[in-house]
Amino acid sequence: MEIALVLGVPLLGALLLALAGHRSWAPELNATMSFATFFATTLLTARVIAGGTMVWLDERFIVDPSNVLLVALAGLLREQFFVDPFNVFLVALTAFVGFTTALFSRPYMRTEQDHGRVNPARLRLYHSMYQLFTFTMLLCLLSNNVGVMWVAMEGATLSTVLLVSLYRTPASLEAAWKYFILCSVGLAQALFGTILLYFAAEKVLGPGGTALLWTHLHQVRGQLEPTVLSLAFVFLLVGYGTKVGLVPLHNWLPDAHAEGPTPISAVLSGLLLNVALYAVVRSKVLVDGALGRNFSGGLMMGFGLLSVVVAAFFLSRQRDIKRMFAYSSVEHMGIMTFAFGMGGAVAAFAGLLHMTVHSLTKSAIFFTVGHASQAAGTQNMDSIRGLIQTSPTLGWGLVLGSLAILGLPPFGVFTSEFMVLTTAMHEHSWATPFLLVALVVAFASIFGRVQPMVFGETTAQRLPRGPALVPVFAHLAIVLALGLYIPPYLVGWYRQAAALIG
Amino acid sequence: MSSAPGIAFQILQSVFVVLAAPLLVGWVNQCRAWLQNRSAPSILLPYYTLAKLFNKDAVFAHDASPIFRWTPYILFGCMWLAAGIVPVLATGLPFAPAADIIALVGVFALARMFSALAAMDIGTSFGGLGARREMLIGFLAEPAMLMTLFTAAFMSGSTQLTTIVDTLAHREFALYPSLAFAAVAFLMVLLAENARIPIDNPTTHLELTMVHEALILEYSARHLALIEWAVAIKLFAYMTIGIALFAPWGIADAGDWSALPYAFAALAGKLALAGAGLALIETLLAKLRLFLAPEFLSTAFLLAVLGMLTHFLVKG
Amino acid sequence: MAIPLLAQLVNVLAAFLLLIAFAMLSQRRVLTLIKLLAWQGAALATSTAIVAWSTGQTHLYYSALITVLLKVILIPWVLHRLIDRLFVRWDIETLINIPTTMLIGIGLVIFAFALATPISQMATTLTRSTLGIALASVLLSFLMMIVRQKAVPQVIGFLAMENGLFFAATSATYGMPLVVELGVALDVLVGTFIFGIFFFHIRERFDSLDIRHMEKLKED
Repeated sequence: MEIALVLGVPLLGALLLALAGHRSWAPELNATMSFATFFATTLLTARVIAGGTMVWLDERFIVDPSNVLLVALAGLLREQFFVDPFNVFLVALTAFVGFTTALFSRPYMRTEQDHGRVNPARLRLYHSMYQLFTFTMLLCLLSNNVGVMWVAMEGATLSTVLLVSLYRTPASLEAAWKYFILCSVGLAQALFGTILLYFAAEKVLGPGGTALLWTHLHQVRGQLEPTVLSLAFVFLLVGYGTKVGLVPLHNWLPDAHAEGPTPISAVLSGLLLNVALYAVVRSKVLVDGALGRNFSGGLMMGFGLLSVVVAAFFLSRQRDIKRMFAYSSVEHMGIMTFAFGMGGAVAAFAGLLHMTVHSLTKSAIFFTVGHASQAAGTQNMDSIRGLIQTSPTLGWGLVLGSLAILGLPPFGVFTSEFMVLTTAMHEHSWATPFLLVALVVAFASIFGRVQPMVFGETTAQRLPRGPALVPVFAHLAIVLALGLYIPPYLVGWYRQAAALIG
Repeated sequence: MSSAPGIAFQILQSVFVVLAAPLLVGWVNQCRAWLQNRSAPSILLPYYTLAKLFNKDAVFAHDASPIFRWTPYILFGCMWLAAGIVPVLATGLPFAPAADIIALVGVFALARMFSALAAMDIGTSFGGLGARREMLIGFLAEPAMLMTLFTAAFMSGSTQLTTIVDTLAHREFALYPSLAFAAVAFLMVLLAENARIPIDNPTTHLELTMVHEALILEYSARHLALIEWAVAIKLFAYMTIGIALFAPWGIADAGDWSALPYAFAALAGKLALAGAGLALIETLLAKLRLFLAPEFLSTAFLLAVLGMLTHFLVKG
Repeated sequence: MAIPLLAQLVNVLAAFLLLIAFAMLSQRRVLTLIKLLAWQGAALATSTAIVAWSTGQTHLYYSALITVLLKVILIPWVLHRLIDRLFVRWDIETLINIPTTMLIGIGLVIFAFALATPISQMATTLTRSTLGIALASVLLSFLMMIVRQKAVPQVIGFLAMENGLFFAATSATYGMPLVVELGVALDVLVGTFIFGIFFFHIRERFDSLDIRHMEKLKED
């Protein structure tokens, strides 16, 4: 039942905000609905911690047989959702970051309205789509049906595309168009992959509903036709990889991040990329069962490594602060893809941890970046100076966030990157120099850019509306805590998830 | 099969082709006149024209070389040969082993080369222009033609036209998308190669657009008659190739005299239909600008290739 | 060699789809493109209905019906209205000239066939051989999206790609489960409407639907 709650709340929120998203209290409603979603996911998480993997609706779910409609509905939904340690942790993370971003967006969007960049009608669109976007991501994570997963992923694209073009500037329209076309085309490839997967599964599981259900596919993964599956995986990787932002399919990502409103950049970077990677990893598990690890792992490692290296070098050439951090997201998604590609318990553990800390850190960075560029009135890094003077907390937030994302020791990013690097040294030593060089380049360019922005001289005025910095420091605190000490139940949880996918 | 009845069949077919070809042209012209609401000329008009031309005195340009004189005969010979080896009435004729599709395309190419040479021989500007245009069209039409024929060849496993026709005529009925592609491609090639609308207009002498007429502008009298006759045979040959590939039903086996009337009737019916269809196409379409001809022919090539690929994929 | 008549019909429709994909690639007029899209939808719906009839899978009738409603009637109509409102009747310029595009297209078809042949041989469905054609039309639509400079043809390419995928689903597997097909159809519908909204926004900003105006965001 918790699953219905987790999915129902954001959907309800989308409806409510579609009606009332332009009211003055809409940001609060948005935050409340996001909190309710987060609360529902904690219930779900508690349930999974207590009871382990679950499938919903399972055979225990009995409806009144006289009610035809209910029976049909139950038949339609049977086994359509499932929760295991892998996705529940992403569900919790998604709902949490969704909630904190809603908190952040409250003053941010109000200031944007003061600046005249959005009007009430667009705010209504924004709020409604924000909830719908949360819904599609959660649906994608929770769906047991590989086809529905695709539908939800496409839904996530559709719900964010109008958000990227929210400001209706030429640049934002261009970014949104690119985002829409590239991701739709990419996802079309993923649909073809899904069709091939169904094609292979249908011969084992028979036609009809069960042949696309992940739990069933997982059971018979050894019997699936290897040729078909290898082709299917290529299409799935290219398709969902476009959404992950893997090089060379990443072109939409920096534009969409730079031109959309900052809360959207934060959730795109922090959540959507994770969800897309989740889809890739789910596909990989099935393919590995049929083919062994080498094929899919090799492909993922290749794409991952390429993303890390290319993104690191592009990082150094950026002038726009949001673009720069968007490239940093590409780099980190590359690290995760590489980690999952290597496979094995340790690498998968590191990948999962990196997903968590990256999503928290990157969204925190986007929060500070959003406020900073709002105060400076530009996203050009050469014009943003002296954050520490106008708002010391904001300045320190950006410094700490950047240090965290660059993988400096006490933070959790260091832990996960360290694990990835050591595993790579053991198993694929050829890859380590590339990774190290990329990390160093990224470090130099980000740090070199952030330092003058924070400590330089400035004439900028403070914004009348105080920034929402609680989310920033909450995220950074969690990342720091994860770097120092991972609680045993979290370790157990990650281990279970890593065992599922490694 | 090289026995007397086979040879008799071969001779019969060759003579029939030469005699019937102008009739086909007459029929097409008549149909076109009807479709365009004109009063139609006699169906026998091409024969009268030929007779008239043969009775005239030939005039040559001063600096015409032997090539110019020989070309009408070569052209006529090539076309006659081509029409003679295509299985028009019967399969398994003595000349049939020569009826290889590649050889057939080669015979057409030979004829084209000589007509282009002859056109350039006099050194008039129209001749050169026509030759250039003709070679352009031929250069594009030939691969399309070969691809079309290859599709049929793959289906029957042989490049021998007789074998192809034999195989295709005796298979069970099925829908073959590959043959449909090939048929459309072949039709397009037929239009281009026989100087028909939309590539060329056989009835005008407009210097901006003419292709075929520019080539033969300098010929007169019996030479012109031979060329006109060869052109008629060429159209006939193309149509019979099309019929043989895409609608071969009713063709007789060599030596089977009893099947002959039926084969004749079937051929006459199919040719009548094809001629009417050609007239219809020429009425409906407008002539393309010359520089769109490559696009037209590359479409034909594309269709032919698609047909071949479809054959490999769907086995049909 | 004896293929049942219905499967032959599906093969013919598959060939027709491939032909339409090429026709789209070579077509210069937007209105004709929309007509071709509708034809493609019609061929798709017919083949789906034939598969449904020959295999007795009732859910395929629904998806055929959805295809007719959505892809033959609704979307072409919406696109038609859109280009009427936006006055875009121009001929399309392509990035690469058309014969070259065609040659690339042939290459793609060969690639698709080579890719699909080993898979087709594994299939047990009657219509398995059409998988290669489905893949080919997906790739051809992809090519069309790449070589076209204007927004509307790109969207038509996208929809054609969706059609190709749908054809792959019906031909290779007798259709995905209904839930998924409904979801995909919904996504396509919403996507088309968003595209429509986009046209107006782009038009408003750039006074043109030429996406060459939208090449400002580049790496220096």
